[in-house]
Amino acid sequence: MLCQRCNKSQATVHLLDIVPPDGEKRERHVCEQCAAEEGLTVQKHESIGAILDGFIKQSSKDQQSVDEVCPDCGLTFREFRSQGLLGCPRDYEVFSKPLAALIERAHDGATHHIGKVPARLGGEPSVHAKMVRLRRQMQEAVALEDYELAAKLRDRLSEIEQL
Amino acid sequence: MNIDDLTRQNGEWLRGEGPYADVVISSRIRLARNIAQFPFLSKADDSDRKQVYRLLSDCIAELKLGDDALVVDIDEAQDLDRQLLVERHLISRQHAEGEGTRGVAISGGERRALMINEEDHLRIQGMRSGLQLTSLYEEISRLDDAIETQIEYAFDAQLGYLTACPTNVGTGIRVSVMLHLPALKLTNHIEQMFRAAKEMRLAIRGLHGEGTDAVGDFFQVSNQVTLGRSEEQIVEEFGNDIIPQFVEYESAARNTLVKERTNLLDDKIWRAYGTLENARALSSDETLFLLSHLRMGVNMGRCDKVDLDTVNQMFIRAQPAHLQKLNGRRLGGEERSVLRAEYLRGALAARN
Repeated sequence: MLCQRCNKSQATVHLLDIVPPDGEKRERHVCEQCAAEEGLTVQKHESIGAILDGFIKQSSKDQQSVDEVCPDCGLTFREFRSQGLLGCPRDYEVFSKPLAALIERAHDGATHHIGKVPARLGGEPSVHAKMVRLRRQMQEAVALEDYELAAKLRDRLSEIEQL
Repeated sequence: MNIDDLTRQNGEWLRGEGPYADVVISSRIRLARNIAQFPFLSKADDSDRKQVYRLLSDCIAELKLGDDALVVDIDEAQDLDRQLLVERHLISRQHAEGEGTRGVAISGGERRALMINEEDHLRIQGMRSGLQLTSLYEEISRLDDAIETQIEYAFDAQLGYLTACPTNVGTGIRVSVMLHLPALKLTNHIEQMFRAAKEMRLAIRGLHGEGTDAVGDFFQVSNQVTLGRSEEQIVEEFGNDIIPQFVEYESAARNTLVKERTNLLDDKIWRAYGTLENARALSSDETLFLLSHLRMGVNMGRCDKVDLDTVNQMFIRAQPAHLQKLNGRRLGGEERSVLRAEYLRGALAARN
């Protein structure tokens, strides 16, 4: 379908206006450029599909990991790429290398969990999580010019680092 | 409680109470969890699914979800009942349309809904009216703790709670806030909000979450990053920073409309009221559009013919599955539009 505004490009943005007074529906089909000119932006969330696509291009040379099979659930990385879902908890370990890049990208560069921990594992945050928290508190203390607190936090950080 | 009882009540989360209730319709939090000893659902066979279902439903039965809690076997349920649960935001569309043994446990008052065998083995959800994220997270987290005393969750020291989709790994938390932004739409500022949200790595969806369009000025804002930030951080950022900002922009746009476009604003509100009061056939989309303007009028104190509770009730009951349930039979498209208009006229007349 051609763009109804410029009649040149392919229409890829499809709008449904509900027009007062009687709520009549009006469909319009325009190309991306015309949509942009009218001040409409096209929402593009980075879907898991898009992340995977980008990732596949990066790692397509790495055939070995693509055909690796999880001994627990039988999933291959190729299968994961096509469906976007893992087959069992162990997949995170089996495919840790190719998954790491994907996880980092999906989570704004994060690589470690710093939240809740099940009580059966002590309910305590991991060392990494503790350090991330302490660093953040230290930065906040500095921002508030509470240097005494900042120094204490720094000492606790170096204690943990020595462990 | 059974499913039919639901059609006669309003979920507590739709009361129109709580902080920022004129703009924030509801707060929702869900935690994604899986049982350590079982494959995720894409690799689970029938027997795995049944075992997971039994384990979790037994465990949930022990929880104190209230006397009028309701457990629905979605696989056995009728199409119309599944759709009804979607319309009430108690299960996802994906869950309604899925396959195999799966279910949902709903607490009295519809404050909590636990989906079993959706994308993950368990999804613990809580809903509240207005912006009430901190207390909601505490409540949901306690529920999570209670389940965890009986179930061993799949958890990794580095990656946190392991989920079927790596985009949920870590905390497995999704915070979603449903916003009503009619003034930003009317003043053509909604696109700017979307862009800002995208820059903050937030997802914006329609009324019914994933894969739905934003119809009638209702938007769900939710987090996408679940790793590298604690639950409290995510919840606090939403409650103290992100959502109040959205509310502030919407309120400013409402003030501008009152000051500069009074006639236009009142025309929108009263035109919506007049149509709802008189129309003989109304589609779902048009109804949402009209109710949005009416809700804005009620919240801005410019229409006192109807209260917020009634408007909220109309939102829910004018939906296809609800209409069919209330009429006790399946309805074709045109018949539905006619009966929807009839219901809406009746609801408004009852208030006068």
